[in-house]
Amino acid sequence: MESSVAASATRIAVQVEDVGMIFTRDGKQTLVLDNINLEVGEGEFVCLLGPSGCGKSTLLNIMAGFLSPTSGTVRVGGEVVQGPDPRRIVVFQERGVFPWLTVEENIGFGLAALDRKERQHRINHYVGMVGLKGFENSYPSDLSGGMKQRLEVARALAVNPDMLLLDEPFGALDSITRLTMRRELLRIWEAERKTILFVTHDIDEAVQLADRVVVMSARPATIQQIVTIDIPHPRDLSSPRYLELRDGIFQQIGLAHHV
Amino acid sequence: MNSLATPARWERIVLPLLVLLACLALWYFSVRWTKTRVFPSPFEVGKGIKELMHKQVLWGDIIDSLRRVAIGFGTAAILGVPLGLILGWYPAANQVVNPLLQILRPISPLAWIPVTILLFGIGDHAATSLIFLGAFFPIVVACIDGVSNVPAVYRRAGRNFGLTPVQLLLRVVFPAALPQIIVGLRIALGIAWLVVVAAEMVAVDSGLGYLVIDSRNSGKRYDLVVAAMLLIGIIGLCLDLFIRSVEHFKSVRWGFRHDS
Amino acid sequence: MSFEEKPGAVIKVPVWLRPWLLLAVLLVLWQIAIQRHPGQLLPGPWGVVGGIADLLRHGLLLKYVVASLFRVTWGFGLAVILAVPLGMVIGWYTRAEMALNPIIQILRPISPLAWIPIAILWFGVGDLSAIFLIFLGSFFPLLLTAMNAVRGVPAVYVNAGRNFGLRPIDLFVRILYPAAVPQLIIGLRITLGIAWLVVVAAEMIAVNSGLGFLIVDARNAGNRYDLVVAGMVIIGLIGLLLDWGIRSLERVKSFRWSYSEE
Repeated sequence: MESSVAASATRIAVQVEDVGMIFTRDGKQTLVLDNINLEVGEGEFVCLLGPSGCGKSTLLNIMAGFLSPTSGTVRVGGEVVQGPDPRRIVVFQERGVFPWLTVEENIGFGLAALDRKERQHRINHYVGMVGLKGFENSYPSDLSGGMKQRLEVARALAVNPDMLLLDEPFGALDSITRLTMRRELLRIWEAERKTILFVTHDIDEAVQLADRVVVMSARPATIQQIVTIDIPHPRDLSSPRYLELRDGIFQQIGLAHHV
Repeated sequence: MNSLATPARWERIVLPLLVLLACLALWYFSVRWTKTRVFPSPFEVGKGIKELMHKQVLWGDIIDSLRRVAIGFGTAAILGVPLGLILGWYPAANQVVNPLLQILRPISPLAWIPVTILLFGIGDHAATSLIFLGAFFPIVVACIDGVSNVPAVYRRAGRNFGLTPVQLLLRVVFPAALPQIIVGLRIALGIAWLVVVAAEMVAVDSGLGYLVIDSRNSGKRYDLVVAAMLLIGIIGLCLDLFIRSVEHFKSVRWGFRHDS
Repeated sequence: MSFEEKPGAVIKVPVWLRPWLLLAVLLVLWQIAIQRHPGQLLPGPWGVVGGIADLLRHGLLLKYVVASLFRVTWGFGLAVILAVPLGMVIGWYTRAEMALNPIIQILRPISPLAWIPIAILWFGVGDLSAIFLIFLGSFFPLLLTAMNAVRGVPAVYVNAGRNFGLRPIDLFVRILYPAAVPQLIIGLRITLGIAWLVVVAAEMIAVNSGLGFLIVDARNAGNRYDLVVAGMVIIGLIGLLLDWGIRSLERVKSFRWSYSEE
């Protein structure tokens, strides 16, 4: 296994130590995560890549504090994670925007502590950043899938978290919107330099976005390999290095890329 | 979703028992402290139930009530389900009949009491027709909603396989609408149980509703009143459990989110 | 799906007119049936119109309608105020639900009307009895609706809320309640129907005014079946209005999401 700390990282944001997870259902125990060790640097963009249902979402939920692991610990900024925290916001796989609130109210959801002027200022800023100007008073049911996903990212960014955890956020979008959303996310990441953990089952997506790709095996999920993507942004999707890295992961997962 | 606490197995039995005991104690002591002569304590109600059990009347009353519900509710289901399916299937027909349904539906079945007594006299027919009226409209409306909520994809898939309209209705639309129809039947059965008690208080001289009102009128036997009420509650619960068990059939269960 | 009628044999009737045509035909049939049997106690449509006019003239109609609505408002309103928050809390806390569910399940199927003797014993013949009965009839269905509504709230919303660091009370106010509203409205609609059913029954036995009393009284005092049916028609119309009132809630934008989406 390669060294698990990125060279560029200055300080460690997340430390996953010997994490294991066993689900008990109807008296049957299933080992979902086995002996996961991972370190993520501050400001780093890391993709967790693996087949559907392999447990990568479970790992994300443990890091977010929604689940507590059966064994091992997760530390964020040196503290052991014991529950959800506004400093690390999850963008959910299913639509997590609140359908009973307007775009503005959704973005302002986590800003109750701010005074009205400051709150409105932040809302306007993030409405602009994710390109929802003119839709401030629309309800999610009036937005397209891509707009809803951008809204959820804006809601997460508005509380100024240290870290974003994205759980297959673009899985339900069409391929063109998905490409645009990736570019948007990279733009936002470069502007705000949050630590990003991004769960996906799409190899191209992972190689396009991440500083490092964590390749996970199917159940029980273990870390197979960590691939450092040493291509500067914006990435040329037909460059030899891109194709080489992508093919490497394809082979790692055991798939020849012929249809 | 509910809070994440996972209770231990023993709590499943002990907690409800504690609450039940607390309620009984509260009842007992409020009867003691208010020194009421009329309202019975739990013990007196227990004796009341025993007394009712010994008399042969009780079983007769229970069977009378259940028979009326079975006939009234059964007729309502047999007529209401096909009618609702057809109306849901042909929106044009629904448009014509719907206003009439909407006006008749909110008339309390009990408001029909004088009319049914006039038509059928005091007796079983009056009671069963009231139950029929109470159950019929909710069933029809549930079926209409159920059918019109069947996603168009299913219908298209069915037509794609070359089903005739009758086959489509029986093999695609009915099963797809079944979860909602069963919910409608459950609500209707609840209403039927509510109506039978009321009907028996007014329109007949047997059954559990009659037992309640008769125990009060002949000698203020409130211990028997409360005993009869408890029986009504327990039998109603059994009816509900019975129809719920239908929901658990595999072929029906997909539509019920609360099971998962 | 479209079911186009074949043009030709069928006379074209405008769509909006069809239901009224059906209604008119039924009314005419009713009138004819009554006129065929002169000794009949049941009134025809004209007799019913006359009955309503009679009630209006004596000022009884308005008085009884107000009396019935007054009882429903109080009984139903109290039930909503108590049952909805209580049901949400019980539904959220697994242990509370476990402890209370059996007793709720036993009390719920007791017809509110079976409580009539006890209502009269405690509150006497009068408004309080009727309000008590309506309260009982509305309380348990609402309680169960609220319990189920909370359990039906998708975990994503709850997790998102917890992620933003909400305290339990905020979780209720800002996530669970708004997410449960569409379910709650359906429950309110069903329950208001039940309340309207109970008030009529209660008034037939436990009070001396209101639309239910009107029906029983009109029959007992002189077989005035025109007034009986007039009372029924009024009950139907008001029930319809109440249902429309609650349905209009479904159209409020921030409530409507689950009706329009998915």
